[in-house]
Amino acid sequence: MKTTSKLYQSERRNAYLFVAAPVIGFLIFTLAPTLYSLYGSFTNWNGLGQMNFIGIQNYIDLLTDESFHKTMYNTLFMMLGIPIGLVLALLLALGLNRAIIGTQVFRVLYYVPVISSLAAISILWQWAYNGDYGLVNQFLGIFGIDGPSWLMNKDTVKPALILMTVWKGLGYSMLLYLAALQSVPKTYYEAARLDGANAFQVFKNITLPMVKPVTFFIVVTSIIGGAQIFTEINVMTPTGGPEYSSATVVFYIWQKAFGNFEMGYGSAMAVVLGLFIFAFTYIQFKVNEKSSYDLD
Amino acid sequence: MEVVLEKKAETKVKYRSEKQNKKITNIIIFILLSIGAIFMVAPLLWMVSTSFKDIQEVYALPPIWIPESFDFIKYKEIWEKGPLLNGIFNSLIVAVSVTVIGTFTSALAAFAFGKMNFPYKNQLFLLLLTAMMIPYPVVMIPQFMIFSQIGWVDTLLPLIVPGLFGNIIMIFFLRQYLSSVPNSIIEAAKIDGCSYFKIFYKIIFPLVRPAVAAQLILWFMAIWNDYLGPILYLNSPEKQTLQLVIANFNSTYAIQSDYPLIMAASVVSLLPMLIVFIIFQKQIIESVAISGVKG
Repeated sequence: MKTTSKLYQSERRNAYLFVAAPVIGFLIFTLAPTLYSLYGSFTNWNGLGQMNFIGIQNYIDLLTDESFHKTMYNTLFMMLGIPIGLVLALLLALGLNRAIIGTQVFRVLYYVPVISSLAAISILWQWAYNGDYGLVNQFLGIFGIDGPSWLMNKDTVKPALILMTVWKGLGYSMLLYLAALQSVPKTYYEAARLDGANAFQVFKNITLPMVKPVTFFIVVTSIIGGAQIFTEINVMTPTGGPEYSSATVVFYIWQKAFGNFEMGYGSAMAVVLGLFIFAFTYIQFKVNEKSSYDLD
Repeated sequence: MEVVLEKKAETKVKYRSEKQNKKITNIIIFILLSIGAIFMVAPLLWMVSTSFKDIQEVYALPPIWIPESFDFIKYKEIWEKGPLLNGIFNSLIVAVSVTVIGTFTSALAAFAFGKMNFPYKNQLFLLLLTAMMIPYPVVMIPQFMIFSQIGWVDTLLPLIVPGLFGNIIMIFFLRQYLSSVPNSIIEAAKIDGCSYFKIFYKIIFPLVRPAVAAQLILWFMAIWNDYLGPILYLNSPEKQTLQLVIANFNSTYAIQSDYPLIMAASVVSLLPMLIVFIIFQKQIIESVAISGVKG
C-alpha cells in the first residue's frame, strides 16, 4: 500500500512537470493577456501613459463608430466565401473519389495554393487583379468583357477578395471531404443501389449525413479564421481599400492599436470580436448537436 | 429457354450500358477536374512566367505565357535589392527553434495527459483547450505591451518564446493518437524501474513519431507563412522574416512596376514550402485528413 502511494506520488510529480510548460505558457501568453485585454477595454489606455478607467465608454463609442460597423460588415460579407468553398470542395471531392486516372496529381494541384504563403499569394492576386494588365481581366477579355480595376473599386474589391480566399482554401476542404468520403462503408452504397435509390437520393441520404462532421469542422474553423482575416487585406489593399470597403475588423484593430496607439479602444474591439467568434462557434455546436439527434 | 436467354442478353446489355455510362461520366468529370486544375494552377504559373519576363513582355497584350528568352536576372537582383537572405534566415530561426522545442514540450505534455494519472488532469486539459477558442487579436495588444516593456520589440523573441511552451493543437492530436497505445507497455516499463522520462523517450516518442512528423510539418508551415505576428514586432529590415521582406518588395517595387522582380521574390518564398510539401506529401495529407475527420 505504501509503495503504491509512493509510486503514485512520483507519477503525479512527473506528470505535473511534463504538463508544466503548456500550462505556464497558457497562463502567461493566453489567459493573462485575455484578462488584460478585458480590463484594458474599460480604460483609455494609449500604450504609454496611465490607464484611466472610463467604464464602458469604449463600447459606447463602438456603437456609433461607422468605421467599426463598416469593418464588421466587410468581415461578415467576406464570409460568403465559406458556403461557396464548401459546395465546390464537396463537388471536387466527389469527383476525386471516383476511379479516375490522375486523382493523385489533381490532389496535389488543388492543394498547392493551400501550402503557399498568404503574403506571396496576396501579391500575386493583387497583380492578377490589375485593371489593365492583370490576368483576370485578360482572361475576361477573351469573352469580350472589359473588367474593372478590381481592387480600386468599392463594389468589386470584396468579391475579388472572396474569389481569392476560395481559391486559396479549396484544396484544404477538398482534402477533408475526400478523407470523409473514403471512410464511408461501401456496403451503404451497395444497399442503396439494391433498394433502387437514384444518384441524388444516395447523395442526400448517405453522402451528406456521412460527411456532416467534416462540414461542421470546416464551417467552425472557417468562421474562426474568416473573422480574423488580415494578411490579404494588409498586402492587397494597404489603406483598407476604396472608402475603407475592404478593411476588416482585425485590420481596423491593428490600425487603431498600433497606428494610433488607441490600445484601450482596440482592446474593446478585440473583445467584441472574441465574443462574436465565441457566440458563433457556440451556436454552431448547438445546431450540430440538435441535428445529430434528429439523425438518430 | 429462349426467354431465359433473352433475359440474360438484356441484363448484359443493361450492365454494359451502365458500365459505359459510368465511363462517360468519368470522362466528363475528368475534363471538369482538369479545367478546375488549370484555374487553380494558372495564377501560380503566371507568377513563375512573369518572373522570367522582360518589361515589354509583362505589359504585352495578349498575354505571353512563355517568355521569349528566360531571363534569370531578376533572380539575381532579388538578393541584392532586399534583405531576402536575411528574411529566409530569420524565418528559419523562428520556425526551427519553435517547432523543435515546442514539439518536445507538446509531446511530453501529451504523454502526461494521455497516459498518466494525476489530480485535475481533465480540468487542466480543458483549460488548455479554451486557449484554442481565444482568437489572436484578443491577446495581441497586451502581448505586444508585455514584450515592448521587456525590450523584445524588433527582436525575434516574441515570435519564438510563446511557441516554446508547446502547441495545444499538437497536444490534442498526439493525445488522441496515444489512446491507441496499450497501457500494458507502460506498466511493464514501470515495473522494470524505468523512469517516466525514459518511458517517454524510449517508448512513447518512437511510437508517436509519424504523428509528430506530420504535425511538425504543418506547424512549421504555419510559422513560415505567418504575417500578423512579424508585422507587429519587427521593424528593421534586417530583422524581418521572409513574409515581411516579400511584402516590402511589393510595396516598394509595385509602384515602380518591377513585377518580374516581385514575382521572382515570391517564387523564392514559395519554393521551400513547395519542396517540403512534395517530399512529405503523404504525411501532410494524412495528418490534415485525420485532424479534420476525427478532431
